[in-house]
Amino acid sequence: MSLINSAPEMALTTTVDDFLNWTRKSSVWYMMFGLACCAIEMMQTGGPRSDLDRFGMAPRATPRVSDLIIVSGTLTLKMALRTKVLYDQMPDPKYVVSMGSCANCGGLFQLAYSVCDGVDKVIPVDVYVPGCPPRPEALTEGLVKLQEKIQQERWIVRKDAPGTATGASVTS
Amino acid sequence: MAPLPAADIHARLKSRFGESIGELIGNRRDNASATVAPAAIVEVCRFLKGEPGLEFDCLSNLSGVDYPKRSLIEVVYNLYSYRQRHLFTLKVGAQRDDPVVPSVASVWSHADWAEREVFDLLGVVFAHHPDLRRILMPEDWPGHPLRKDFVEPEEYHGISTSRESLLKAT
Repeated sequence: MSLINSAPEMALTTTVDDFLNWTRKSSVWYMMFGLACCAIEMMQTGGPRSDLDRFGMAPRATPRVSDLIIVSGTLTLKMALRTKVLYDQMPDPKYVVSMGSCANCGGLFQLAYSVCDGVDKVIPVDVYVPGCPPRPEALTEGLVKLQEKIQQERWIVRKDAPGTATGASVTS
Repeated sequence: MAPLPAADIHARLKSRFGESIGELIGNRRDNASATVAPAAIVEVCRFLKGEPGLEFDCLSNLSGVDYPKRSLIEVVYNLYSYRQRHLFTLKVGAQRDDPVVPSVASVWSHADWAEREVFDLLGVVFAHHPDLRRILMPEDWPGHPLRKDFVEPEEYHGISTSRESLLKAT
């Protein structure tokens, strides 16, 4: 009996949350947001050797269809305001990866007058990837950690219900 | 075409503009400079660019220096001639509390952005500049950050500009 013929007879059972999370973590589209030299490593991570596509990740040119923003590079105060606008344009659920020392805390340029000391001063960060810049392996691990976090989200079950894990926004 | 020695360039400037040109400082090919009276800077630059034998066709750098003790802001013009392969540096002093220097954007058009940068970071106003706006800092940024007495604001649009160290002092 071939696999195709057997498919209609198969059934998988899972929870709605797990199914939603599985689909979401398997198609994280990230916004191209290269700010400095970390962007070069991010491109390398998306390239054939590290190949983010195998996680279902694809770069998008607009925040309006993106699930993830990888803040890669030095964030100036001038850019910080624009970053907030871009983040606000992304549809929920949305995630933020802070890549490299500069996006984490200002890094080498923390004392400079024009630099925002960390992107978490403007938008909430889910995963911090240390490094200056992080190697593609490090960013890949950060994104795998993000996938693990997405898999833990709870959407259907009320957040304040007893015995449920903490999750993101819940509608009653 | 052989490069002119710095002393010759200075002598030609001196004979043409007289009192507007200061003493020659430095005599090597790459460190020679002279101060220029602010009122004469545009004419001096036009002369240096157009005069046969000098032909400074490239303003390779335009920068500013703040000297608070002397109450002076100096604008520095690094000139280069691709045709003659010689260099010269002009310096123009401006009063620190009200620095106004004529714009040379009419001589070298790429002075436009360089002067905007000096205006942005040091607050030098370039008279007759075609479009004198900030170029690096946000439009609503308070003050000019490369001035020695610049104090960084505590916060910018609600974003605090300092970050507590994770290493606690013991």
